[in-house]
This record gives sequence, structure tokens and C-alpha cells, in this order.
Amino acid sequence: MTTRRDAVRLMGLLLLPGALRAQDQGEATPVAGLDDADRLYSPEWAGRNRDTLTALDNDPLVIATERRMRCTCGCTLDIYTCRTTDFTCTFSPALHKEVIALWVEGKTPEEIIDFFVAREGEAILMAPPAEGFNVAGYVVPGLVMLTGALGLAAWISRRKAEVAAVEITAAPVATTPDEAARERLRRALDDVES
Amino acid sequence: MTLLGQFALWAAFLIGLWSAGLAFLTRWQDRPELAAAVQRSAYAICIALLVAAFALWKGIFAHDFNIEYVASYTSRNLPEYYLVSAFWAGQKGSLLFWAVVLGIFGSLAQALTSSRFRDLLPYVAGITNLIVVFFIAVMLFGEHANPFERLSFTPPDGNGLNPQLQNPGMVVHPPMLYLGYISLTIPFAFAIAAMLARKLDAGWIIAMRKWAIMSWIFLSVGITIGMWWAYLELGWGGVWGWDPVENASFHPWLTLTAFLHSVMIQEKRGMLKRWNMTLVIGTFLLSIFGTFITRSGVIASVHSFTQSSVGYFFLAFLMVTAIVSFTLLYTRWDSLKPEAELESMVSRESAFLFNNLALVGIAFSVLWGTLFPIISEAVRGTKITVGPPFFNRVNIPLGLFLLFLTGVGPLIAWRKASVRNLQRQFIVPVAAGLVTFGVLFAMGLRGFYPLMSLGLAGFVLGTVAQEFWRGVRARMSMYGEHIFAALSRLVSRNRRRYGGYIVHVGIVAYFVAFVGLAFQEKVSVQMVPGQTEVVRSPYGHDIAFTYMGTSQYQSLNRLVSAATLQVTRDGKRLDDIVSEKRQHVDSFGRPTFEPSTEVGLHSDLREDIYVVYAGSPDGTERAQFSLIINPLVNWFWIGGVILVLGGVLAMWPGGPQIKTKRRAPVAQAGYGVPLREGAVKG
Repeated sequence: MTTRRDAVRLMGLLLLPGALRAQDQGEATPVAGLDDADRLYSPEWAGRNRDTLTALDNDPLVIATERRMRCTCGCTLDIYTCRTTDFTCTFSPALHKEVIALWVEGKTPEEIIDFFVAREGEAILMAPPAEGFNVAGYVVPGLVMLTGALGLAAWISRRKAEVAAVEITAAPVATTPDEAARERLRRALDDVES
Repeated sequence: MTLLGQFALWAAFLIGLWSAGLAFLTRWQDRPELAAAVQRSAYAICIALLVAAFALWKGIFAHDFNIEYVASYTSRNLPEYYLVSAFWAGQKGSLLFWAVVLGIFGSLAQALTSSRFRDLLPYVAGITNLIVVFFIAVMLFGEHANPFERLSFTPPDGNGLNPQLQNPGMVVHPPMLYLGYISLTIPFAFAIAAMLARKLDAGWIIAMRKWAIMSWIFLSVGITIGMWWAYLELGWGGVWGWDPVENASFHPWLTLTAFLHSVMIQEKRGMLKRWNMTLVIGTFLLSIFGTFITRSGVIASVHSFTQSSVGYFFLAFLMVTAIVSFTLLYTRWDSLKPEAELESMVSRESAFLFNNLALVGIAFSVLWGTLFPIISEAVRGTKITVGPPFFNRVNIPLGLFLLFLTGVGPLIAWRKASVRNLQRQFIVPVAAGLVTFGVLFAMGLRGFYPLMSLGLAGFVLGTVAQEFWRGVRARMSMYGEHIFAALSRLVSRNRRRYGGYIVHVGIVAYFVAFVGLAFQEKVSVQMVPGQTEVVRSPYGHDIAFTYMGTSQYQSLNRLVSAATLQVTRDGKRLDDIVSEKRQHVDSFGRPTFEPSTEVGLHSDLREDIYVVYAGSPDGTERAQFSLIINPLVNWFWIGGVILVLGGVLAMWPGGPQIKTKRRAPVAQAGYGVPLREGAVKG
């Protein structure tokens, strides 16, 4: 006679391979609870609560302003990128709210940025303003490249002149017609092999 | 197991010290048995370090949470493949990983290098062993740097691996970058060995050339997979953020690329010996500098390990290595005189020199930008931030100059180019660039940088296509070969050259992809199930996103909230994109980290449709998304594959000696075709 316990065991045996396979492959095991259509079964799984978006959240000028300032959480991202990327950050949403508040007050992007620089220091800017010592930051790489290019051009010209001088003085002594032909051939082969 | 690991570390440390002593303090040149002992010590160190690695992995796989490292970076429910990558997820494990791989590379350098370099090999072993000793010393004597450190108690479960590291890209990206960094030690060791042995002919270059190309491939793969990981895992829709640690991986790649170009001049003309030596030393130092930045915490970075004294070990090592290497270079300066001189400003040599200038210039500007916050703080006492706007402003023009030179270099003859030669060589590539520029402009593309980038991309592709076509055509004419046979033989007989051209195509793909990113469309929306939002793509298509709802379930080591969006392009069904929030838990079901985001993606050659589920307001099924349209992103990954294929082709050993029947002699062989069979060396 089959007892209820046997029936459960039988069901277990039948279901076990599928269950193990699902576990091996990392397949989803649905959780009941979404019957309540408008609420998540477990809101905390979905991360921090999001504020309701407004049109200003996507305003190009607000975004451009936020892109010029760094989030103060230490992530090295700008405010806009941080608030739309790192959804665990509490700093960038707060900074965003401040930007929006200043915007609503009628401040221009420059005035908003000046406000934050006055409060947080120059470090809040994603790139230092090109003034004072910061000019060196922008100019030095270009200057180094320019100096390098001019130096390289001068060096090549000097070497070229030296080679030409050596060729002029050495040619009558060292080169026979056969050698010259061989040298031309060698150069041609060099060019071809390059 | 920790005892075995500690013992193995100490054994490797002592053998390394002993062998370095033999290599640098004895006259092994007169005592073959000493030279052999130094070389064999590399194998002994390798074995000892492999035992140490086995001990750590054994601890990780056995869930021995009494080992502090295992408890910090793993948990019982961490999938097994991430148990493998947990080895290098933290500071301590990555130090051991570095030492082990260096031990393996040091052994391979001894085993695979021809015995004709026997004058160099004991020095090479001494140098690699000494560097291994440094890494082991950091682990043994650094503050909280020993991977076998035990806790005073055994926690029931570990902290688990950071969710952002639980990505296939992170299984591959760090080891690839490490392999790139670590393998740079071998070219450096050969360079120093050549100077110590005063064997400064082309021998050391030949001995280390393939190692240099291999390092370059590893660095390229590591950087590209890092971009892929950042794109998929960080959820910002970008690939490169000019973060100091990203920059640190870029520095040695740039200088190594410069070296791979300039070394051709040394091989062919016996020139630039001092410069090449400087580049090899500089590249190695930059790899150590990158490690210092990552591990010291002196510069803020999302990638950094926590601030620790370990960084200062690297700073000291960097300084000592720089002083010793450049002092040695100074003492050998006269022995590194060039064997030939430049003959013309308009020559391949000059083009390579300007290419070197651009590469090293970009490396300098990136380094300058990375260090400028520290410099500024030292000079003005004010902290500043140097972020992407700075790097883009400074480096985009330099990058375009480099792209231009990529197209120019192959077109100019060695030694001296004539006006006729220049006309003949440039006409097709310039036309290709102008046509690309004109067509894109006519199609409505605007903006100086995008148009210049794509125009120059057309120019470079024109150059590469012309090089291949002329070579193939000439072979077909000379040997009567079929087009595919001609192509195959052309490439196989000069793998470095044509491998290099393929690499150039890969670089073009990167530039194209970067141009695409400039046209990114991004919008934040909140939707209820059934609602549709439309985003206009940069190509003018309407991409409609219909939110289907969020499901929640448990899977492996995480609790998942998966939001599904049905996507159409101009009304045609495209895909269902799922983006997730994942709350990772330990084996007791306790949350381990804050919920992380998994990007949802539909990708094709034209554009990526990229969805980030940001979460929900008020715990409802109403969801917030970042919807991003990213044109041409796939070309990064295609470029990466092309780059690697070109690199592998360039370093592939040997070449088949195919006997071919010559049809008839020709007066002028095409560019890139041997006048006699077999004249072109691989």
C-alpha cells in the first residue's frame, strides 16, 4: 500500500534531477509574491529607492553642467555619470538635487559651477580651469611634443648634412662603378624587403 | 597548506637571493657550472612558486576561511570559476600571482632562448630572479601582504567576491594585464644583460623580440577586455574613463608600441640603439609605476587596492631600478653608437621617428595628466581633478596625428624617398581618405574630430589595402600564382610586416568605435509595465522600449530583480532586453554587498542598445532605466580581435619555404615583393 510519505518520496525522486540540473546551470527558481501587481515582492533586492524623475533630470543644459563637476563620493566620475551609473551612491543624487534647485532659481550653468567651486574647492571641477599654474597642465604636453618635433627635425637635418659630406669626400676614393651598382642594388633590395 | 605556502615562498626567496648573488658577484663566465646553476635556479624558483600558488588555491577551493585572504574574497556559494579568479582579486593574491607568472616566464626565457645567447642567459636569470625576490619580499615583509596570513578565528563563511568582479571579463582581464606587465620583465632583463655583458650588437634584440611582441599582445588583450568589462559591468555606457589605473596600463602599451616600431630601424640600419635601450627600460619602469599607482592609493582611482605600505615598496623598487638601469646605460653610451646615419627627412626612418615621438608624446601627456593633481597640490597646495575633459582635449589631437602617421609610415621608402615615389605611393590612400571624408560629410556627419578621424581611418585603410594589393599583384605577375596563394605566401614570407599592417587595421577599428561613442544618446526614464518610451538613435531610427515588468527570483549566490523591455526599431521587433539588480548573499542568505546592476544589451555592428535598470521608486514595479544608444561599439571588440590576430601573425615563428616556379623576370618588382624568392625575412 502506498502511503502519503511514499508518494512524496516518489515525487521528490522524479523532480530531483531537474532540480539539480537547474541548480548546476544557475537557472532561475521563481519566487512567488508578484501577485500584488504594483508592488515588488522584495523591494530591497532592487537596490536603493529611486526618486521620481522630472523633465529636468534629462535637460541637456543640466546634464552639461553636471558633466563639468565631479561627484564628491570619491568615485572620480562626474555628477551626471555617477547618478546614472552608480545607483548605490548617495552623494551624486544629493548634488543633482542642489543643481536642480539652483537651476530652478534661475542660475546659469556658470553661476551653478561657481557656487560649487566656492563651497567644495577647485577639485570639484572635472578639469582644472586654464588659468594660473593650471595652464601648465594644458600647455606642457603640447610644448614637449613641439620641442621634440623641432629637435627631431633639427637632428635629422644635421645627420643628413653629415652623411652628405661623408659621401662627397668618400665617393671618389672608395667607390668603384661595380661597388656603386652593388650598393644601389642592396638599397633597392632593402626597400623591397622593408 | 599555509605552512607549505610559506615554506615555498621562503624557499623561492632564498634561492632567488643566492642565484642573484652568483649572477652578479661571481665570475661565472669562467665557471660553466656556476652559469648553469644560475640558469637552473630559475626553474627551482618557478617550482617553489607553483607550490605556493597551489597552496593558496587549495585553501580557496577548500573554503579555509581561517586564511584571511580566503575569508576576504570568497564565500561558500561563490561559483567555482570565480574561485579561480579570486586568486588575483585582492592585493595579496595578485602579488603571489605576479611572482608565480614571473617565475614561469623566467624559466621559459631560459628554456626557449637559443644557446647562442649563453653570454646573456645567466644575467637574464639573475635579473628575473632578483625581481621575483622583490615581489616575494613584499609578501613576506610588507604590511598585510602575505596571502597565507591566518586569522585568530575561523568565520563560518567568507565575505564573498565583489559583485563587479563576478563577471567573465574579470576572470580574464586582470591576468591578461598582469601577463603583459610581467612579460615586460624579460625584454628588460635581456636589455640589462646585454649591457652587463657588453654584448650590444643586435643579438639581444633578436633574443627578446618575440617576448616584446607577446607582452604587447597581452597588454592589448588586457586593456581591451578591461574596456569590455567596464562597458558591461559598470553600467555607464562607456569604455574608457581616463582613470589613473587605466592610464597606468596605457603608458607601457604606448612606449612598447614605440619600441616595436623603432627596433625595426635598429635591426635594419643599426641605428637608434640608445633610444631602443631607453624605451625598453622606460617601458618596464612604467609597468612598475602602474603597479605603484594601483597599490599605493596615492592617486584616487576606482580600481585601486586600499592604501597600504605595499605601494612604497614599489616606489623604492622603481627608484632603485631607474637609477641602476640608467647608470648602466650611461656607462655603455659609447658602445651604443649607431652604425648608420639618417639620410633624409623624407624616409621610413624619419616617419618611424615621428611615430615614436607621437607615441611617447601621448604617453607623456597621459602621465602628465595622471600626475598633475599631485604636482598641482605640491606647487599650489590646492587639490584639483584631472578627468576626461582634460585628457580628451590634450590627447585627441595627438591621437589623430598618430593615426595620420600610421598611414604615412608604410608609404615612404627606407633611406630616402623620391618625389616620384611619394606621388606613386600616396595617391590611392589620400584618395581613399578624401572619399571617406566626402561621403560622410554628404551623408550629414558633422564635427571636426569625427570627420577627421574617419577620413584618416580611410587613409590608413587605403595604405594597408594598397600594400597588400601591390604585393599580391606582383607575386601573381612574377610567379603566376592565384590571388589567394599569392596573398598567403606574401604574408607568410613577411609575417612581421603584414602582421603589423593587420594591427593597423585593428587600430583603425578602435578609432571608428571611439567616433561612434561621441554620438551616444542617453536618457533616464521611469515606466510602469506596458508603458513605451521612444529614443531617436543617432542614425535617425526610432527605438521603442516597452516595459514588460520586473520578476524577482533567487539564483546561485544572489537575489535577482530582472526588468524586461521589449525593443523595436522603427516598429520592427528587435529583441527583449533584460537588465538586472543583483543582491548577492552568503551561504546563510545574508546580504554581502549593496545590490549591483547587470546591464541589458542588444548589440550589432551598427549600434548597441544598452539598458540599465536603476531600481524602483517606493518599492513598486514602476522602474527607472537608463536607455542608451551607442553607435559602433562592437568595433572595439572587432578591433581587439584584429589587433591580436595581427600581433600573433607578427610573432609566429618560422615560415614555410615554398618552392615556386618563376614565370618571367620583371624589370621592377612591386613594393613589398622580393626580387628573389626568400629574400624577405619573417
